[in-house]
Amino acid sequence: MALQDIRQRSGYLFLAVMLGLVLLISAQVNSRSGVPVLESVTSGIFSEVQRVLSGGVSGVRRLWSGYVGLRNLRAENEDLKRQLAAAEIASQEQRALADRARGLEKMLELRDRVNLRTTAAEIIGAAAMPDFRTLTIDKGTRDGLGPDMAVIAPAGVVGRLVAPSARSAKVQLLIDRNAAAGAIVERTRAQGVVVGGGNERLQMQYVSEASDIAVGDVVVTSGIDGIYPKGFIIGRVETVEKNGPAFKRIVVKPAVDFSQLEEVLVVLTPTPAKEAAAGVSE
Amino acid sequence: MKAAGVILAVVAALALQTTLARFFVRGAAAVDLVLVVVVYVALTSGPATGLLTGTFAGLVQDALLPNAVMGIGGLPNGVIGIGGLAKTMVGFLAGVIGTQFIVSQPLPRFVVFFAASVMHGVVFMGLYTLLDLRHFGAPYAEVGVQSAANAVVGVVAFQMVELLPGAVERRRAAKSRLRR
Repeated sequence: MALQDIRQRSGYLFLAVMLGLVLLISAQVNSRSGVPVLESVTSGIFSEVQRVLSGGVSGVRRLWSGYVGLRNLRAENEDLKRQLAAAEIASQEQRALADRARGLEKMLELRDRVNLRTTAAEIIGAAAMPDFRTLTIDKGTRDGLGPDMAVIAPAGVVGRLVAPSARSAKVQLLIDRNAAAGAIVERTRAQGVVVGGGNERLQMQYVSEASDIAVGDVVVTSGIDGIYPKGFIIGRVETVEKNGPAFKRIVVKPAVDFSQLEEVLVVLTPTPAKEAAAGVSE
Repeated sequence: MKAAGVILAVVAALALQTTLARFFVRGAAAVDLVLVVVVYVALTSGPATGLLTGTFAGLVQDALLPNAVMGIGGLPNGVIGIGGLAKTMVGFLAGVIGTQFIVSQPLPRFVVFFAASVMHGVVFMGLYTLLDLRHFGAPYAEVGVQSAANAVVGVVAFQMVELLPGAVERRRAAKSRLRR
């Protein structure tokens, strides 16, 4: 009966719910630290649903491709792909090493770069809303993952961990509107910040008008943000325009095809900038 | 019973959204299946059920975003309640329209789904921009394409839900006539 009354007075119900939601939003906007319990619990439960669903989808896909494909060729193909991915990662590390040698960096930094520890993770889900560019991976704090760890793929930088739970973690893609990374143009060493725009392109900002940037230049991570290790490929310069008297407007095409990702590597080794920051806070 | 059905529909839409969205992560015009469910429920069940469905669906969607984690620029990535508020408004207004107007043809339904999606986009992005939490630039084309995609999916879903039971009945009747 009471429920019937409420349903008949939907205007009051609407106002009450709106008030509650406004209060909820206000409470969060005022306190910007910590992960809300609701998010943690819901995310944890839903990641299990995603894991099961992803397992089901993967199972069906494997069954189908096993049925229609030639098994031996497929296995060989998978093996070659793995080898290629490993070779590309090694190639990127070599590229970064060469950069550092050219830049006369210290031997200690060089050793850190070589000793980059990573862990592989499988993608099990995507963002619940199209306006957010995130992915869910099947590893979490239980596997040694923590917030702000860099996530890479053989092709280049994918993003960073933002909300790790025990058995899963959310990855904020570099193309998300709130994502950014310190970047450097490989050829001319011009520095800037690469930011996501919510679509499939990145923008490199704060690059001086005097810098020499050309279409096709490779943009790599600079390592100054304390999240991404130095020297990993972000993408290639697609367009360069003037943006006012001081800066250039640069559009970068990401090296990673985010729609084709199935597995990623999470970098466990803290960057020198992050270690330095931790040392200062201690 | 009805509440369980609505919850099931929202969860199914979310599961489908999060499973399929990764394959379309590059596309700016991804469909918001949860919004489609909210508008559908609102049109078929009225403003009270519509707004409650919107609140529930929006809050769950918000909770699945990486909330309250600071971005590099010091901005949080998401706030629980903004999606809930946007979907509550959409659910309520779609429910009011469903009770005040005859929305039984594909074209009016398309218009309602499209308008609801535009309104959702305006409220959602507007609140994030107003609170200085996230900047969307000028996403007119993105919102337009998303709304059109939502509307198409909504109208098709409506038609399927309405036509499928009838088609099954007709087929059964035809079979029983043949047996006689």
